[in-house]
Amino acid sequence: MLKRDTRDPAARPRLLLTLLVIALLWPGIHFSELDLSVLVASDSQSEMGRFVSAFWPPAHGEEFFQLLLQATLQTLAIATAGMALALMLAVPASLLASRALSLSAASRAGRPDSWGQWLRWPVRGLLIFLRSVPEIVWALLFVRAVGLGPTAGVLAIAITYSGMLGKVYAEIYESVDQRPAHALLQAGSGRLAAFVYGIVPNVAAELLSYTVYRWECAIRASVVMGFVGAGGLGQQMDLSLRMFAGGEVASLLLTFLVLVLFADQLSRLLRWRLA
Amino acid sequence: MNRLINLALLLGIVAAAIASFVYLGIDLGELGATGNFGRMADYARRFLSPDLSPTHLQAIGHGAVETIAMSALGTLLAAVFGLMLALPAAGRFGWPLQSASRLVLNALRAVPELVWAALMVLAAGLGPNAGTLALALHTTGVLGRLFAEALENTPAQPAEAIRLQGGNAIWAFCYGTLPNLWPQMVAYILYRWENNIRMASVLGFVGAGGLGQMLYVSLSLFQEAQASTVILAMLLLVFAVDTLSSWSRQRWVKA
Repeated sequence: MLKRDTRDPAARPRLLLTLLVIALLWPGIHFSELDLSVLVASDSQSEMGRFVSAFWPPAHGEEFFQLLLQATLQTLAIATAGMALALMLAVPASLLASRALSLSAASRAGRPDSWGQWLRWPVRGLLIFLRSVPEIVWALLFVRAVGLGPTAGVLAIAITYSGMLGKVYAEIYESVDQRPAHALLQAGSGRLAAFVYGIVPNVAAELLSYTVYRWECAIRASVVMGFVGAGGLGQQMDLSLRMFAGGEVASLLLTFLVLVLFADQLSRLLRWRLA
Repeated sequence: MNRLINLALLLGIVAAAIASFVYLGIDLGELGATGNFGRMADYARRFLSPDLSPTHLQAIGHGAVETIAMSALGTLLAAVFGLMLALPAAGRFGWPLQSASRLVLNALRAVPELVWAALMVLAAGLGPNAGTLALALHTTGVLGRLFAEALENTPAQPAEAIRLQGGNAIWAFCYGTLPNLWPQMVAYILYRWENNIRMASVLGFVGAGGLGQMLYVSLSLFQEAQASTVILAMLLLVFAVDTLSSWSRQRWVKA
């Protein structure tokens, strides 16, 4: 008679894999000083409880609203100004870094000669460096260099985002049909003209939607950067947290959520309208 | 007409950019003035001689291990809690629990990691523990949502077959649903881990441990040489993670 087999044939490898993962992660508990019990410990709980219970009602005084409005406008302005500066740097850098406008590529079936490759590398390296350091580190450095306030945030966004935009733009130029630009170059037009008439018509929509998306990211980033003193909602949130003003933190968080939703909708509208 | 609207929109964007500069009172000319530029260059020059003494390198190594441990444990905790929240969020236990858990997931996800870290530093004290918890909270929201979507998209027939054969709900889930879900879950978890390593290295700015805290402390003490080594270590960490993830993706994840 057939007997039901209750054994799981894959049990042993699974068990071994689990044990391996646990053995690898075990020292991690020591290094990260992981201790979930602090969340339920009585003293921190009462401390946290008092703080969180102050969340309701969110602060809504006349004076605080003024402050909130100012911080929100500042956040929006930081993101927009940062993006404007980033574009000023990213567009020329992407033109320099992209293979799409290579004269030698136009007559060599799309492969630039080694000279051209060599000359593009410094620009690419610069872009890699700019975007590899996280924006909040740039913000921290600029707060030291130019002082507390929105200027540091604007510069940090400008630097990181110019790295990202420059790289992505250069790749977008290369990703579309290269024949119009090559034809123009071979017919003797200048590179800028070949770019404007051969490449831009094909890539405009994609460039635009990526830029708008990045602007949305910049708003989120500018809130976070406020925590190191770069102005806007984040700085206000940092101050309120330090003063244990629960109500203020709650309204700031709510404003942040509304702002993110608004940016999301606006970027959708812009993309739909312009792309 | 359409063109006119688009033109107006573009003009509006330009106006908004100019208005932001005016509102923030940033004078680009003043920023680029020689004195200001010279001071910035002076400041930058102090970063050019990174401190490579063995004791400092050892401290950085410790910080890097701390960063990786924070991100790994935070992601692991998030995966466990995310799955726990994903089951109700995918509508397994009726709609009241579904909307409740969705609300929780959205709230967890909407607050950025750094804000969670600042809150957790208040709750759990300074140090990497706060960072781990912050990463776990935010990532729970992200992974929970992704898992819930994956759960909704997995075929229900294997689990139903086990149920019809007389297996209980837990068996049906473990042997009917999970095998289909597993590869996708692992891919999501690894992707989030990659993100979290990058995030963990900056959470320290609010006092949540790792390389970020070292950078913050040494910048506050005006030890630019030490700070520049920490920045180099961060860059190295990010590059290593990027290379490893792109390599492993090419190797194991078939498009």
